[in-house]
Amino acid sequence: MYRYDEYDQAMVDARVAEFRDQVERRLSGAMSEDQFKPLRLMNGLYLQLHAYMLRVAIPYGTLDGRQMRMLASIARDYDRGYGHFTTRQNLQFNWIKLADTPDILAKLATVEMHAIQTSGNCIRNISSDQFAGAAADEVADPRPYAELLRQWSTFHPEFSLLPRKFKIAVIGADEDRAALKLHDIGLKLVKNEAGELGFEVYAGGGQGRTPMVAPLIREFIAATEFVSYLEACLRVYNRYGRRDNMYKARIKILIHEIGADEYRAQVEEEFQHVKTLGLDPPAAELERIAAMFALPPLDAGAPADIDRSDPDFALWLDAQVVPHKVSGHSIVTISLKPSGGIPGDASADQIDLMADLAERYSHDELRITHAQNVVLPHVRNADLYAVWQALDEAGLGAANLDLLGDIIACPGLDYCALANARSIPLAQKLSERFDAARQRDIGELKLKISGCINACGHHHAGHIGILGVDRKGEENYQLSFGGSGAEDASVGRIIGPGFSEDGVVDAVEKAIETYRGLREEGERFLDTYRRVGPEPFKAAIYA
Amino acid sequence: MTLLRFRDDAAHEEPQVTLDAFLSQPEATAVRLESGEDARALLPYLDRLQLIEIAIPKFRDGRGYSAAAILREAGYTGELRAQGDVLLDQVVFLRRCGFDALSSEAPLDEAAVAEALHRFPGVYQKAIDDRRPVWALRHG
Repeated sequence: MYRYDEYDQAMVDARVAEFRDQVERRLSGAMSEDQFKPLRLMNGLYLQLHAYMLRVAIPYGTLDGRQMRMLASIARDYDRGYGHFTTRQNLQFNWIKLADTPDILAKLATVEMHAIQTSGNCIRNISSDQFAGAAADEVADPRPYAELLRQWSTFHPEFSLLPRKFKIAVIGADEDRAALKLHDIGLKLVKNEAGELGFEVYAGGGQGRTPMVAPLIREFIAATEFVSYLEACLRVYNRYGRRDNMYKARIKILIHEIGADEYRAQVEEEFQHVKTLGLDPPAAELERIAAMFALPPLDAGAPADIDRSDPDFALWLDAQVVPHKVSGHSIVTISLKPSGGIPGDASADQIDLMADLAERYSHDELRITHAQNVVLPHVRNADLYAVWQALDEAGLGAANLDLLGDIIACPGLDYCALANARSIPLAQKLSERFDAARQRDIGELKLKISGCINACGHHHAGHIGILGVDRKGEENYQLSFGGSGAEDASVGRIIGPGFSEDGVVDAVEKAIETYRGLREEGERFLDTYRRVGPEPFKAAIYA
Repeated sequence: MTLLRFRDDAAHEEPQVTLDAFLSQPEATAVRLESGEDARALLPYLDRLQLIEIAIPKFRDGRGYSAAAILREAGYTGELRAQGDVLLDQVVFLRRCGFDALSSEAPLDEAAVAEALHRFPGVYQKAIDDRRPVWALRHG
């Protein structure tokens, strides 16, 4: 894991001091809310429906037990005893008092954490593959590159007032676990014919009002030049990106309007100039960072066998656990989606427990996933049963990864000032409608719910997506099918007129029964839908 | 209105012409770029220009930062002035992109600006100013 040195610590400490001063000026009335708003947003502090929400950055979703415990402690001392893990691998506290925020940021800084650039029209927290460094299918660990980008993008003078927010993901595997092509820029580590490491660069993906799958704009940029290349990508966007309409200001709109070829050509021209400026850190800096992400000492001779005699454990094992690249070890995903629960929420006690388990069984490492779950990346197979028992006792033993109950949902109208409809109660009803056995029978099904068009719940990328809208003062839910945030990325299509909250639960059930009737051997819901098209589903739902 | 200059020479007195006017009479020595105008149009004339003013119509409009960087990277050494909605909280970014004069519509407190410019002990990336990024400090 990355560790701050004196330089990193000094930057974060200075930021805390600056924000403390700004909050004091706001509380004393010396600064108006208008003047304060952009400043608090640069520190991840939003004013929601009922209280301030503070979004804490978890760079590329990686953290250790000490950091996790600090999150639990803040949840207990300053919130209502829980935190909410987000689709950008961050954590949000929903019940924060403005006067407490400088102290919270100061506490975070003691464990090398911050809330810098978790909101605002700047480069946001860099996201990555939650299995990075542990997965068998990756070219290299993407996190050292993500950390290079974290530093490059932090307080970047030219790119702190972009037309809109800017999200970058970095992965190193063929299987896309990070929704790469739905990012403003997606970087995939690859090797060229000479065996050198570099990136495929995708640009102009996104969700929101205008969902787009990012086109490939460069087949290979050497890892030694990729900071310069990104600088060129951002500069072209910053110069041309629209400022007149915030809904048309994302890079996806620019690339859609001028075309991927024109954008590519302009970036190329800019890059020829930018790469002469010496912006890329030296190889020694990458090596310094990469050394901190070295694989922990895992015993490849550890016994691989797992005793499956406890049937509940076996079910959990099949759902939540995949092999590690080192024999005798596994990657465990902890579901934060209990039946009837709030997707992504964890209590302070649960957060502490996950910290304990990480320290004891996973070389003090945890990951947050964009699907709002938590990963223990390096667990010995011999310890899996003990891990499961501890999780199950704490209400964290759900066995539903990538099944219907593993719902991504935004906070919705229960918290969010932008929302048109509630997301959480709908997620709760859906997970209660389908019991565990039924979910297993249905198989992989990514169900995602957004409470408004901004699509924070990734509904466009759902095999089944649900969008809450306001129709004449009533909450109404539109249903779409066929989206995917994985390597086969696609945007879902709306199936027809919307439903009430209970109506949409019924409609989902009818769609699933239709799938069960039509599926061929090995087909997921998404595969069947893609094969047969929307008509049979439409007929069943609107019969 | 406040004008803060970070240069030793005397302020340039000639009025700034618009980009269009400048391109048709390039003997002028001072020009103003509106947000969204292409700074590259000035590159052939940088030697004779003594003042380039770049409009910041709203602090959120960050196009002027790229315009400034492009002019400096091309070797412009005259005064580069940010004019408009120039706020305390952006002065570090403005200075790092090569602006050496700040002309703000609302009063800008000189002491507060000086404090803001010294608040952060390091920088993470190379920019137009001569500050060495932390990666350079780490590796001598």
